[in-house]
Amino acid sequence: MTIAEKILSAKSGKSSATPGEIVEAFPDLVMSHTATWRSASVMQRIGATKLYDPNRLAIVLDHISPAKTEKYAADQQTSRNFARKNGVTKFYDVDAGIAHLVLMEAGHVLPGDLIVGTDSHCTIYGSLGALGTGIGYTEVTSVWITGKLWLKVPESVRIILEGKFPAGVYSKDLMLHLIGKLGADGCGYKSVEFYGGSVSGLSVSERMTMTNLAMEMGVKCAFVPPDDKTAEYLKGRLADFGRYQPVWADADAKYERDIPVDLSTLEPMVACPHEVENTKPIGEVTGTHIDQVFLGSCANAKYEDLVVAAGILRGRKIHSGVRMIVTPGSKQIMLQAMNSGILQTLLESGAMVTNPGCGACAGDGGTLADGEVCLSTANRNFIGRMGSNKSQIYLSSPATLAASAIKGVISDPREFVTE
Amino acid sequence: MESFIQGRVYKFGDNINSDIIIPGRYLIYIDRERLGQHAFEMLGEGFGDKLRSFDILVAGRNFGCGSAREQAATAIQGLGIKAVVAASFARTFYRNAINDGLPIVECPDLYAAVQEGDEIRIDLEAGQIRLGSKEYPFPKMPESVRKILELGGLAEYLKTQLQA
Repeated sequence: MTIAEKILSAKSGKSSATPGEIVEAFPDLVMSHTATWRSASVMQRIGATKLYDPNRLAIVLDHISPAKTEKYAADQQTSRNFARKNGVTKFYDVDAGIAHLVLMEAGHVLPGDLIVGTDSHCTIYGSLGALGTGIGYTEVTSVWITGKLWLKVPESVRIILEGKFPAGVYSKDLMLHLIGKLGADGCGYKSVEFYGGSVSGLSVSERMTMTNLAMEMGVKCAFVPPDDKTAEYLKGRLADFGRYQPVWADADAKYERDIPVDLSTLEPMVACPHEVENTKPIGEVTGTHIDQVFLGSCANAKYEDLVVAAGILRGRKIHSGVRMIVTPGSKQIMLQAMNSGILQTLLESGAMVTNPGCGACAGDGGTLADGEVCLSTANRNFIGRMGSNKSQIYLSSPATLAASAIKGVISDPREFVTE
Repeated sequence: MESFIQGRVYKFGDNINSDIIIPGRYLIYIDRERLGQHAFEMLGEGFGDKLRSFDILVAGRNFGCGSAREQAATAIQGLGIKAVVAASFARTFYRNAINDGLPIVECPDLYAAVQEGDEIRIDLEAGQIRLGSKEYPFPKMPESVRKILELGGLAEYLKTQLQA
């Protein structure tokens, strides 16, 4: 069996699962973010009072945090009160950061877990070997109450990575390359597993970017099979390391297809407005005017991402025509960046740093006016996502973003990164 | 829910994402009326109002891709749209539509054949769409899914389960 088949069969109490089959599965964790109040309101509307298991709930108030209007404040209050009243201990308030990163940092995501949540980018949990997938808020209510949901067992695809990234090329570029090549539904409904000689060399942070961006080619879930790096990341985060029990695919697991990629042939990539699949190699967009850059989101606002950007910006100034917004992915990331001087480097280069959270990616601050152009490290460039429907969003790696901030136009990071 | 859904078709292309259907700034609402007022507004002023004169949306591949926001399905209902037929759906939209009580049908052949303004009739029970004199078959929905749609969505379904 593949990883998805193993997890889905285990969580539905079966000995096997085959693609196309519908199983009734019991998730280990149900994540809800700023949408929590909506699920709570459904629960109230239908007259339900009892949760299946409060320990399986995780609530993180990450979008539009802290509240910017009374409506948001009231909704957050509803979520907060819901958590308190129902004994939800995995509750993280508006100071914590982006749900996905917060939950992984806190050791709530384990290999082999089934995790559903009110966010399409739950696929990121596969960076630690967990099956993460998005559902709507009413279905979250349903899982809160019944403990289970129906899931179709997906077919699996292998992406096989060989070779080494050239200088200035990162896992974001790999994913933009794949999304451009395969399309927004190129892996629709599929489970993706990353293999190949290159995987062991990729950091957990890079794996998070891969499994996060995989959503943009339509996957149901994506996995990097657990290895030493996974164990190292979780050591110290788990109260009981005995719970670390990796799930790997069987040697005779069946895959719909294999997609080989030679990392050494990749270039920095940019997704152009208004679809993520509209990708181009950096050379074709160099010189494009930008008004704002946004270093943030669950895709690329991890500590390593800030280090990459700061490495380019150290001792340099961003262009006078560009606003640079840095929104660290979580409080832990922000603290680490503060202690190591990364925040100072970014601030001195001319960037502004906001509180951790989803920030401008979810339309909170950094709103774009008519005709403005933003280069962002986020995972979506859909029309109007950051403001005006006459604004434009390009997506890139943190390195391309930093190089572009300095030059004032979209620029090749390889000029600044030599190793 | 009626067994037949009949009406005029508006036709979209591929990859209509949920940010286009309802922008994130309106996720503070969960009711059909207010969401409907802002549905598809990223495509231009009055675009949503134009859609109100149609009954069924037909789209290409990957309709509802992107964000898992359930309000994408709610907003479409807020426009008075009775069903969505697409060549394929993003999985989150597919689930959300069922859970929101919005009938959806995957039928690539109908997508290829239909034009804006055409009248179609969807027979959910038989698994067929009629366009002119031709019938386009689609895989029938499992009974459990039809049950949720009949009750108007997952919340109502849960309510009946709790009362049982």
